[in-house]
Amino acid sequence: MANRNQHLSQSGKPKHGRRTLVRLFSYLDRRDRRLTVIAAIFLVVSIGTGTAGSYMIRPIINNHVIPGDWNGLIGILAVLLGIYLLDCVADLFQYRLFNGIGLRTVARLREELFRRMDRLPVTYFDTRQAGDLMSRYTNDMDRISDALTDSLSNMVSGVLTLIGITVMMFIISPLLTLVSLVMIPVMTFTAGWIVRRSRKYFTAQQASLGDLDGYTEEMISGAKVVKVFNHEEATGKIFDVKNRLLNDKSEQAQFYSGLMMPTMQSLNTLNYVLVTIVGGVLAIFKGLDVGGLAAFLQYSRQFGRPINDMATLYNSIQAAIAGAERIFDVIDEVPEPADLPDAVELDAGTQGEIVLNNVVFGYVKGHVVIDGISFRAAPDHKIALVGTTGAGKTTILSLLPRFYDIWSGEMVIDGQPVCNVRRDSLRRSMAIVLQDTHLFTDTVRENIRFGRLDATDAEVEAAACLTAAHSFIKRLPRGYDTLLENDGANLSAGQRQLLNIARAAVADPPILLLDEATSNIDTRSEVLIQKGLDKLMEGRTSLIIAHRLSTVMHADTILVLENGRIIERGNHGQLLAQNGKYAAMYQEQFE
Amino acid sequence: MRQYWQILKKYRWSLLASPLLIAIAVFCETMMPMYMSRIVDDGVMPRDLSVITATGLQMLLFAVIQLATSVANAYISARTSTRFGTDLRARLFDRIESFAFPDIDKFSSESLLTRLTGDVTRMQQTVFMSMRIMLRAPMLFLMALVFILMIDSKLALVLAAAIPLMVIIVWVILRKGLPYFLKVQRRIDRLNGVVRENLLNIRLVKSFVREDFESQKFKRTSRDLQETSIRAANIVVSLAPLMGFILNVSVVAVLWFGGGRVMEGTLSVGQLISFLNYLMQTLMAVMMFSMVVMNFARASASSERILEVLTTDPSLVDTPQALANDYSVTRGEVEFRGVDFRYGGGENDVLSEISFKVRQGETIAVVGATGSGKTSLIGLIPRLYDVTAGEVMIDGRDVRDYRLGELRLSIGVVLQKNELFSGTILENLRWGNPKATLEEVEDAARTAQAHDFVMSFEKGYDTVLGRGGVNVSGGQKQRLCIARALLRKPRILILDDSTSAVDSTTELKIRLGLRRVLAGTTVFIITQRIHTMQSADRVLVLEDGRIDGFDVPAELLKTSKVYKEIYDSQQFKG
Repeated sequence: MANRNQHLSQSGKPKHGRRTLVRLFSYLDRRDRRLTVIAAIFLVVSIGTGTAGSYMIRPIINNHVIPGDWNGLIGILAVLLGIYLLDCVADLFQYRLFNGIGLRTVARLREELFRRMDRLPVTYFDTRQAGDLMSRYTNDMDRISDALTDSLSNMVSGVLTLIGITVMMFIISPLLTLVSLVMIPVMTFTAGWIVRRSRKYFTAQQASLGDLDGYTEEMISGAKVVKVFNHEEATGKIFDVKNRLLNDKSEQAQFYSGLMMPTMQSLNTLNYVLVTIVGGVLAIFKGLDVGGLAAFLQYSRQFGRPINDMATLYNSIQAAIAGAERIFDVIDEVPEPADLPDAVELDAGTQGEIVLNNVVFGYVKGHVVIDGISFRAAPDHKIALVGTTGAGKTTILSLLPRFYDIWSGEMVIDGQPVCNVRRDSLRRSMAIVLQDTHLFTDTVRENIRFGRLDATDAEVEAAACLTAAHSFIKRLPRGYDTLLENDGANLSAGQRQLLNIARAAVADPPILLLDEATSNIDTRSEVLIQKGLDKLMEGRTSLIIAHRLSTVMHADTILVLENGRIIERGNHGQLLAQNGKYAAMYQEQFE
Repeated sequence: MRQYWQILKKYRWSLLASPLLIAIAVFCETMMPMYMSRIVDDGVMPRDLSVITATGLQMLLFAVIQLATSVANAYISARTSTRFGTDLRARLFDRIESFAFPDIDKFSSESLLTRLTGDVTRMQQTVFMSMRIMLRAPMLFLMALVFILMIDSKLALVLAAAIPLMVIIVWVILRKGLPYFLKVQRRIDRLNGVVRENLLNIRLVKSFVREDFESQKFKRTSRDLQETSIRAANIVVSLAPLMGFILNVSVVAVLWFGGGRVMEGTLSVGQLISFLNYLMQTLMAVMMFSMVVMNFARASASSERILEVLTTDPSLVDTPQALANDYSVTRGEVEFRGVDFRYGGGENDVLSEISFKVRQGETIAVVGATGSGKTSLIGLIPRLYDVTAGEVMIDGRDVRDYRLGELRLSIGVVLQKNELFSGTILENLRWGNPKATLEEVEDAARTAQAHDFVMSFEKGYDTVLGRGGVNVSGGQKQRLCIARALLRKPRILILDDSTSAVDSTTELKIRLGLRRVLAGTTVFIITQRIHTMQSADRVLVLEDGRIDGFDVPAELLKTSKVYKEIYDSQQFKG
């Protein structure tokens, strides 16, 4: 429900309205900027023709209908038809152009957002809710798209229409125009009053709605637990209270938002009445012509709409700017720091020797998670990390590909301090298999190929064979071309993990990082996967985290961690002989 | 529809008042051009001021009435539609709460959630809009048409040409546009999918240095969406200019024919002008209506989704036998007799021919590979699902003879997918027993090895958990869930792989703790850990939905190949 709560922050006013708007326009490319000028011309033409069309009724009635000039009437009607045709064409072009400009600009913005997002450090994602970031692609982009395609041009056209109408009314009768203009402050004031009220209640409604939706989400996704604990009634009661609260807020919000249209319509009618009466009087005493009055009446009908619209448009533009600010916030986030200018490339000849020397690190300032860790992993060696939850095992694995930068100490790969290595090449030199397996919406083949993009089909299959994934893939309905959707929902946990391992295999890196790669898998499937992993680990430096000591015991070195420190190290036999923590864990599991 | 009417009939007076108010408002509105034409023809032309003032005052009166009735209708429709939404939401929630596990599976919680939020809101908006525009448009159309016919029925033929044309345009645009809208929606889903996957897989993307690759993929998806959106939008935006053009052409036509009639003397100038005004009103009404129809089309999809839930009856309810007697579980013996089970809509039996008997106070480990039917089996005991054939007995009585409430009260279940809810730890634990004293809560937490870490939090049991318990680790969450189930003081306790994220030392402590406090309670544990299996009184081995063995662990090692395999895979071979 993060999305829903975002509405709240979005309904707030943008911080730097004008600056953001200017920046938003910088996403128009040269062509779109030129098109904007053309679209603006069409916009002006359409307003001009619209205003002129309404005016034509004056000469038609005065010069042709009343004097009975039939031929003249046909002539002027032909002109009028032409004007309307032009109006229609200009409108069509204008709408299409603004649409294209808006949607293309949003696409550019969206792509930039994504490009930047994928370059943000892992820390950024740790501290943000996925839903919050998603809402920038959905809600915020929608708002911007609305503003760029619709609201902005409508706003401009509204203002221009008002000016055009006022000018024309002034031409027909300055006095009558003054009468009409009296209504403007009344209308603007009323509109403003309604908008202010409705916004106030809307904010309250959104808060209430967010609360209710949040509760609903929790209770529905936990529906089974609710059942198991007979909690339906208690839950229902709380729901009712929240629902009623929303109802109270919502009634007011809906009332005020629904008030806008009829009120403005009625005020417009009032204006029409005033114009008719005063116009009639003026026609008698000041010689206002009948055609002029008719044209004036047309204008006064068109008068209310732009004013009515503008309040809504203003709101939606504000919302768009607020959305843009939230998007720019992400774009302006500091990406992963650039490599040092003299950073070296780890090439294909990398041996995979890893040395950590007194490394200290924590996620939050002042809270150390890794407290002075040192070890060396010789090329082709297998290092296992064991220890209780929170001992710092996963953190060590995250430090190697530089998802996070260490606070102090040294991390050296093949004799190069990692801060001197180009980050891309560092990451290419290792492959990770995590506990939570994630796949992309694509074919099985492409999911494996994700490990190395230029791998041939044969190489992909070879990797699958090596890691024991081949046989189950062959049994899928379309083999390697089977489409995986929803994070591979059509596969079992074990099969998903096998694909992950195959993906690491096709990358063929000198270093392998395995974080609980088999713990979500039942014991029997694990045997199969373990075989795949063993094959994969041959000839590579591997760092392994595992729950089950049976996975760990074959490691060349076992590091026992506690509270961010290594408390024991050695191979299985040595550690058992030490009769310390490791031995105790072993006893527990295998007595 | 019957479902909606049950809610709406509460508001029937509002539903009656609303059209009446609209009718009055529309009537006032349509009177205006008529008065105006009187002012022109009888006031301006003959230069008679008294007609103008008298007519003008009447116009003012009507304008005020229009304002008053419109505001009143806005109030009534806002209130009614909001209450309708509130009631509908409450009904839907009630219905979902009454659902049994199979029903929840059928709909999936995500889809239930969108129905409760988005769909209800859309229905509410539809009612609101209907009460304001839906009725207004036809009324405006009809009244304006009456005036048009009164003024000049021949001139009204212009409308006969314009309206069908408008309808055709709307129809064509809808037909051409609709497939594109669906396409746009699919592209949006795909785009969001790419973003979601990247958020989920960010470590993977980074570790394989695939940022550029993913950006390119996103760009392609984004461009696809852009192209389709532009195409869809281009169709839709033609609507307004084309409708406007038809309106304008009608005006020209009226001026042409009407001008001629004025020259003939069969029509007055004032009438011509008012005719133009009415023409605008009718065509506006048509446009308004077409917009409402489009909205209705969208609402009907929401409505279908809501009705689907409202018309689904919970598949598990108290049987008449259960209601007639009020049996309670006293000992906690469990027996399966020839049980077959398959999920609703499933093609294959998940469990077949399951028969076994468990004595009070036994601890049974249920083991087997993923998909062998462990979770399905234990779900039958508290009647989360009903058997397809055979029977499940507790204390020698079919589970269907107990009231559901009683079963849930006397059987503690820790589901594989645990949930904690926002609120304090204490509140969460008290789900197990609302009347539990703080001492009891602490005892349960101690047994589940949760007390120590809870106390390490600054606020202890008053620590507020975020949604879904996000601020505790997986292992901590599992321990809290066990404590919660323990507070039920159940006769039967079911643990479905509930300690998978707990390290083995802690797990051992939990197991010993359970042994201590649960003497006399029958326990079922689904587990992957050999040590847990070995310490159980008996082990039930499942293989492809059938019992492969049911015996004391030592015996099973000799008799069950499956169990032996599991055992060996976790033993040291080196």
